[in-house]
Amino acid sequence: MAVTADHNIPNRSPLMAFLSRWLLTTNHKEIGTLYMWLSFVLFFIGGAMAMVIRMELFQPGIQFAEPLLYNQMVTLHGLIMVFGVVMPGFVGLANWQLPMMIGAPDMALPRLNNFSFWILPFAFTLLISTLFMEGGAPNFGWTFYAPLSTTYGPPSTDVFIFGVHLMGISSVLGAINIIVTIFNLRVKGMTLMKMPLFVWTWLITAFLLVMVMPVLAGAVTMVLTDRHFGTSFFAAAGGGDPLLFQHVFWFFGHPEVYILILPGFGIASQIIPTFARKKLFGYHSMVYATASIAILSFVVWGHHMFTTGMPLTAELFVMYATMLIAVPTGVKVFNWVATMWRGSITFETPMLFALGFVILFTIGGFSGLMLALVPADFQYHDTFFVVAHFHYVLYPGAIFGIMSAVYYWLPKWTGNMYDERLGKIHFWTAIIGVNMTFFPMHFLGLAGMPRRIVDYSLQFADFNMVASFGAGMLGLTQVLFLYIVIKTIRGGKKATGRVWEGAEGLEWTLASPAPLHTFETPPKFPTPEEDYPRD
Amino acid sequence: MTKNRNNQRKHTILLSGLAVGMLGFAFALVPLYAIFCEVTGINGKTYAQEIDDTPAVLQVSEREVTIQFLGQVGRGMPWEFRPMDTQLKVRLGEINLTSYYARNRATQAVTGQAVPSVSPFYASNYLHKIECFCFTQQLLEAGEEQQMSLRFYIDEDLPEEIKTLTLSYALFEVPELEVASLTLTNNLQ
Amino acid sequence: MISITTRFRLHRCLTFFALLGSSNMAFAAEMDMRAGVTDISQRILQLHHYSLAICVVIGLLVFGTMFYSIYAHRRSKHPKPATFHESFRVEVIWTTVPVLILIGLAIPATSALIDIEDNSDADLTVLITGSQWKWHYQYLEADLGYYSNMATPEEQINNFETKGRNYLLEVDRALVLPTDKKVRFLTTADDVIHSWWVPDFAVKQDAIPGYINEAWTRINTPGLYRGQCAELCGKDHAYMPIEVEVLAEEEFDQWIVDQRLAIELASGQAVADRAKTWTMAELIDIGQQVFLDHCATCHEADGSGQGSTYPALAGGEIPNGPMAAHINQVMNGAVDTEMQAWAPQLSDLELASVITYERNAFGNTTADIVQPITIFEAR
Repeated sequence: MAVTADHNIPNRSPLMAFLSRWLLTTNHKEIGTLYMWLSFVLFFIGGAMAMVIRMELFQPGIQFAEPLLYNQMVTLHGLIMVFGVVMPGFVGLANWQLPMMIGAPDMALPRLNNFSFWILPFAFTLLISTLFMEGGAPNFGWTFYAPLSTTYGPPSTDVFIFGVHLMGISSVLGAINIIVTIFNLRVKGMTLMKMPLFVWTWLITAFLLVMVMPVLAGAVTMVLTDRHFGTSFFAAAGGGDPLLFQHVFWFFGHPEVYILILPGFGIASQIIPTFARKKLFGYHSMVYATASIAILSFVVWGHHMFTTGMPLTAELFVMYATMLIAVPTGVKVFNWVATMWRGSITFETPMLFALGFVILFTIGGFSGLMLALVPADFQYHDTFFVVAHFHYVLYPGAIFGIMSAVYYWLPKWTGNMYDERLGKIHFWTAIIGVNMTFFPMHFLGLAGMPRRIVDYSLQFADFNMVASFGAGMLGLTQVLFLYIVIKTIRGGKKATGRVWEGAEGLEWTLASPAPLHTFETPPKFPTPEEDYPRD
Repeated sequence: MTKNRNNQRKHTILLSGLAVGMLGFAFALVPLYAIFCEVTGINGKTYAQEIDDTPAVLQVSEREVTIQFLGQVGRGMPWEFRPMDTQLKVRLGEINLTSYYARNRATQAVTGQAVPSVSPFYASNYLHKIECFCFTQQLLEAGEEQQMSLRFYIDEDLPEEIKTLTLSYALFEVPELEVASLTLTNNLQ
Repeated sequence: MISITTRFRLHRCLTFFALLGSSNMAFAAEMDMRAGVTDISQRILQLHHYSLAICVVIGLLVFGTMFYSIYAHRRSKHPKPATFHESFRVEVIWTTVPVLILIGLAIPATSALIDIEDNSDADLTVLITGSQWKWHYQYLEADLGYYSNMATPEEQINNFETKGRNYLLEVDRALVLPTDKKVRFLTTADDVIHSWWVPDFAVKQDAIPGYINEAWTRINTPGLYRGQCAELCGKDHAYMPIEVEVLAEEEFDQWIVDQRLAIELASGQAVADRAKTWTMAELIDIGQQVFLDHCATCHEADGSGQGSTYPALAGGEIPNGPMAAHINQVMNGAVDTEMQAWAPQLSDLELASVITYERNAFGNTTADIVQPITIFEAR
């Protein structure tokens, strides 16, 4: 199972060597690094768009962005954050960590791995280039509801469709690779129910990806043929139905939002036991809870469509199914708290982010439960209450999850400890910024401010101003994060192999930084207890 | 090791098959949705081309309901289009006749297709159209006007709570390409 | 993109800083859902408070436990971690208790929903049609209908003028409804999906092109109530407000009578307009105002347009081409574009003057004059 990854053939100019190393690499660690950097770069681009949005909403009236530009920012911000930041971020983590956590030398399909990464920079270059096209970038929201995206979409919609196809191919190939790796390359003795939870959550996520990304591909294909080939899937004029689009889209879209959060659950389940110095409470129930969330996610898409005139029976079914998701999600939160209970907790930066994740994600979960109640949803739907809800589950959820994972594993990747003091500053500014930005949005939504509007009436002014200040702070502190990461790569206190005294798992038996090729001879599993001295 | 390799290949193929299958499923959602709508009557989609059979004997009931008619034109459609009766009181099981007025304001011939929608949506399964301009495409010459008739009855099984139902027609222009292909198919038949 | 840079105006930056801090102290910020003026809206508020209270209690318990653990089980106080990591009993408890709480939530939600979805026995039906970016209301029983456009002037939006109290929430003609009557709303749309939402009635219903949807309300208190389009519907999604004036029953009936009378008067005016032969100057004068009110949001006040979606009229193909085609385009709109049909929205005189204006403004020099009678004949 040797993997040829070393393309550093001598006699080449350093530039060519550099290019061919990164362009042609099939090494899971290098590809993981590429994914992480792509995600980081897009995080700043998508974040800059969020800044434009918040600047425009700083006060009533048109300030910086005309309505058309504003709608383009809203659309691209959503698309980039979902498909360009959170998904590649998680895939990068999976690339780095999965082989090391299951004792494999590399991913099962290394060349495919290279291919699925290099599709992405092209896809996002295309997507962002639409800003400079005639008619502007897509302006119909990341949900691209028909007929706004079909009959009335700008010419760049076709480029957007192509971009989404590319991202879909990349995600599906990446997910196949992850499943095949987990099924076939686990070290001897690691049964499924002995896998670390990050591996488990990724396995389930990968199945979701394989199942729903093709549905998204189908949806954009139908949009394309409606636009150019005379079909009428979504146009009433030709016997189609605009609502069909929403059904197809949300059949993809709801599992998609769990794709964006399940690996985060896995990360919290790795980090909290480490810093509580206590085994994860209820490992089995964690696995079952993740699986039930994934299965339920396929039957609740209708809760995005309560105001479209659904029949009563469908509304009731979807409401009950959605409320049911609160049960496995609750089990997870309770298990994390029980893991901390009577542990011996320290609060290094990864733990702080993981705790921020648990608390703020739970708040997002609460508002999700409220949104599930159909009568109340008639008031919440398409307001800033929804914006607050999904930012609470995605920013302190998915993004904090990725950040805590980066702090947690960065010493393993670079061999250097990050600057703990700066890390703590990053955490506290981020958590204040997140709450300042998104908490007032609950009030705005309840008071009646619709989402995706470029300008608002006067009673919404105060909270919008607070949110904009919070967003500025949240944006700035990510520059600090970039500085911390670069500083750690360039040097710092040397990390030990174990890095964290409470850490368990195969990856910590390796040296720091992890050598390019690891576990070419399979490690022993389970590791003898003495490998993990406890104090 | 070879066994492992074979397993990997098998898994890769199975998973790719799953992905392709799901792509197919996305397209299968189109007919599935249509069937689902027809069974449950979501959107009040009553299929335009579907002609209901006239039952041999119709039980005319004492119960009366109000039926409202709406007419709308799609964007760019140069027709005047409105119901001749905005509302009628009808008895269940009784065959009724009403009509829509249409006039082509344009200086050339235009073909239109009416798309029906019923509210409340679950009433659509009880509203039977025996004769309707919506069954076929309508061609109006420049400036031509026409009364397009609609013959229908309402099923006596209409749920008790429905006292008013609304039938709306949205009239859309049929692109010339489709008109041509339709004429061709008709000629061939 | 070009239009954005050119349209970036310096004064915006200046007013931005001038207004900074002087924000709207007069308006107490609302933080909670509105109680509204219908039984349903008040029930929804109760449901909202009930579910919020449940979430707060659970949150206090969970976060309380967590913070206690953070405090008491930190390493400096609790150096030796416990070793337990499983308990079947505890897992069963925290799976079943939430299920019971959810059932407690589902019951009031279900009962409210069943009442909300009961559209039967309405006294009055209003057909609401959304189009980019205005609403049209049609009283089915009274054979009366009209458009409702946002009334906030562009000067306020662009910060040239102080914003009024009802900034972005005011319309030229409000929907008028009676109290204590069951009003049934049918919603549909002309172009894209819109969503008609008045928080005080707790009615939010998507308006979907080609299809009709239903909702209802019964309003308890007369007054003025405001709402907005809730579904992204393109460029001016923020600019299609809803204003509903609720009158006592007798006043409402009188209002209907008055409206019928107004229609008769207007048709008399239309006859007079047709009889007259208008001069270029008169038409351009009226036409310019019509253009600013209805056309400038897309084609711009100077006719320069916005990219390919909203083509320039200055030197444009249609305003400088054959007159019949121009009239047709304005009256009927264009398929598959955002150009809508203006024939149902504007009078003969307004159409004639705006077309005349377009053919003779922005450097267009066709010297054509369109008379109201021409429009009348084209209808």
